Amino acid sequence: MSNLGLFFAILGAALAALIAGAGSARGVGMAGQAAAGVVTDQPDMFGRVLILQLLPGTQGIYGLLIAFVAMNNLGIMSGNPEVSCSLLKGLAYLGACLPMAIVGYISAINQAKAAVASIALVSKRPDQFGKSMLFPAMVETYAIFALLISILALNGVGAIG
Amino acid sequence: MAVLPMKRVLIAGLRKNRKQMLELLQRQGVMEIEIRKNSTDEEADPVFQQIDTTGIRATFEKNITLANQSLAVLDAVTPPESADGGLFSGRTRMSLTDYETNTKKREKIMDMVFDIHALEKRRNEIAAEIPKTESQLEALVPWMELPYPLDFAGTKSTKTFLGTLPNDVPEETVLAGIDSESVAVDIISHSGEQTCVAVTCMKEEAEAVEEALRRMSFARPAVSGDVPAKQKEALSMKLERLAGEDENLKKKIAAYAPRRDEIRFIADYFRLRSDKYEVIGGLEQTDRVFLVRGFVAAKNAQSLENLLTTRFDCVVELSDPAEDEEVPVALQNNGYAAPVEGVIASYAMPGKGEIDPTFLASIFYYFLFGMMLSDAAYGLIMVLGVAVVLKKYKDTIEPGMRKTLTMFQYAGVGTIFWGVMFGSYFGDLPAVILKTFFHTEIGSLALWCEPAVEPMTVLGFAFIIGIIHIFVGMGALAYTDIKQGKALDALYDVGFWYLLLIGAIGILLNTDMVGGMFGLHLNLPDGVMMVFKVLALVGAAGIVLFGGRESSNWGLRIGKGLYALYGISSYLSDILSYSRLLALGLATGVISSVFNSMAAMVAAPPVIGPILFAVIVVVGHVLNLAINALGAYVHTNRLEYVEFFGKFYNGGGKPFEPFTENTKHYRVSE
Repeated sequence: MSNLGLFFAILGAALAALIAGAGSARGVGMAGQAAAGVVTDQPDMFGRVLILQLLPGTQGIYGLLIAFVAMNNLGIMSGNPEVSCSLLKGLAYLGACLPMAIVGYISAINQAKAAVASIALVSKRPDQFGKSMLFPAMVETYAIFALLISILALNGVGAIG
Repeated sequence: MAVLPMKRVLIAGLRKNRKQMLELLQRQGVMEIEIRKNSTDEEADPVFQQIDTTGIRATFEKNITLANQSLAVLDAVTPPESADGGLFSGRTRMSLTDYETNTKKREKIMDMVFDIHALEKRRNEIAAEIPKTESQLEALVPWMELPYPLDFAGTKSTKTFLGTLPNDVPEETVLAGIDSESVAVDIISHSGEQTCVAVTCMKEEAEAVEEALRRMSFARPAVSGDVPAKQKEALSMKLERLAGEDENLKKKIAAYAPRRDEIRFIADYFRLRSDKYEVIGGLEQTDRVFLVRGFVAAKNAQSLENLLTTRFDCVVELSDPAEDEEVPVALQNNGYAAPVEGVIASYAMPGKGEIDPTFLASIFYYFLFGMMLSDAAYGLIMVLGVAVVLKKYKDTIEPGMRKTLTMFQYAGVGTIFWGVMFGSYFGDLPAVILKTFFHTEIGSLALWCEPAVEPMTVLGFAFIIGIIHIFVGMGALAYTDIKQGKALDALYDVGFWYLLLIGAIGILLNTDMVGGMFGLHLNLPDGVMMVFKVLALVGAAGIVLFGGRESSNWGLRIGKGLYALYGISSYLSDILSYSRLLALGLATGVISSVFNSMAAMVAAPPVIGPILFAVIVVVGHVLNLAINALGAYVHTNRLEYVEFFGKFYNGGGKPFEPFTENTKHYRVSE
């Protein structure tokens, strides 16, 4: 039982990459369907709708980032895992990863909905591209906040003995 | 940093010069022409009339569509060698003499367009014919063994039924089903789904046999006509002929490829004419005179007047627009700020009485962008990449594209600055290379600090940037108010908020909770704290008293004032929003190091190791640069649009849209 700390810590890192990544996968997929529909009729819109499609993809990257920071702090990347990680510390790692995992998932999907609407907007009003990017970007704010809290928490967890 | 002053223009010219004058205006592209709606009222102007040009414009638009379609057909048959009008290359220049020479060939060019169209139409017919013929062939297959025509009904005294029975039925079953002595059954072909049979009987028994067949679900064949083998031969020949004809048509279309530019020209030519006739339809005219009204930037007004009056018999009248008139808005900025104009334009042009926010926005734009991307090598790639593109296409690139690219170039400079401050050159690539291949450890390259090591320091700095950004935005509101003679509004809406916010920040920083978060333990002397408290109280009181000043009822006014004070929560969230400066900066750095460490993991074996290392590094950083540059762009815009513009800028001005050459491929210049 004394070694469970490391398990929970890795579970946290895995969840950040897994849940946030799954959200982005769904989100980018949704936006991609809408984008492909627009390109059927307006091939010259490709560049613009591609950018809009990419917007819900950042949560997956943030999740990867958190997973990486956690694994790096645990010494897994350097092949020297911190086996003696206490249960408290491991659970703290898990907790630190959760904001990114959960907010990442939910914000990716909702950002994708906004992106789909923006793709429809751009297909009818190509000149409104600048504004259309803003609506999905509003949703991303909360993913960024979650990323920030997860990073700060991960940095703090290292101090636990 | 200003909205360009505009002049109202009224040009009175002679009808005989109308074409030349309008074309000159179109090529100059400096004047926005008012297009009057066709008036059908009873009390129409007794002197000036308008011409209905919708019919002729529809013809031009149709020609444009045809030309564009033939271009697409041509491109499908023979792809163009170089993509015309690629992203950066802009329109090709065409001299006026070339333009006029080409214009004379327009009938011939349109003949070619029509011809391509006809050829393509025939190709479409063939494309529909081929599968039809193929399915006919397919349907014949089960009947191939039939030695006589499919229409064969029998001889003088016999009757033959040709058709299919469901499922695989042997001859005996058919015979048994018909139950007659004088019947011959030929199985032509059989498969799991159906059996093709020829049943021959005496004429007298025909009805009985037919009835028996019907009970077995006998059905007439889907094909008819001559002997199947002959039909097959004919159909195969037809297929061959169609393929040959299609090949031929393709060659004919391809033969037009060298004249592709002429079609591009004709599409542009009709675009110019269609736009011109839109203007003509909106002009006031008599039999001899026509009037053009519109706006021109004051700096271009004199040269336009000189140009028109020296070339034509005409009167040009310039005047200042009336106070209440809606004047179109164009922006003019110095070289540092102008590239950001596109960002402003995609938000909104300044409305009446508003300042042009471009310069203020540009001060922060490159800085914020740089902090979010924050990698010296990425910044250098952006700066050099844009420089190469701008040099390559310096003659033809469109002004809008040049501005956008320059904006990214300057943002690249900001990125280099922050990359050096944070010690990020392709992330930690220098350290990784030294460690992996030379087994040397180096310390931090950061000039200031590494965000991953000291996130709280950078976060605090991001908040400071946010506070400055927001304060500048509020200052811009105060400036606008004062300029419009509403100095008291500036005090109520900005002054009191400054006091409250400065006081509140001072008080918060002295607390253990907030100050301690950033490692500050100020323990300011009581006197200083008193000053902050007084500032905050005066500000808050001012907001409560004057926040609802439009209400005359004091109860309501104080209530609204209290609600205005509640707005402090939005300032809090605005400032917190700047934490994205740290978060996105961290994202770039950490993802870089993910790729770098992945590369380092495979770098051990000799020869192949370093190659793999290089491949992973290159692919990884291209991906990281693309994703994070997009993120930095989007979120810089967000900070400018929401946090900054939200404080003072509404927009709502109508952009200046000069009558100009709205073409795709060529730009005609004098």
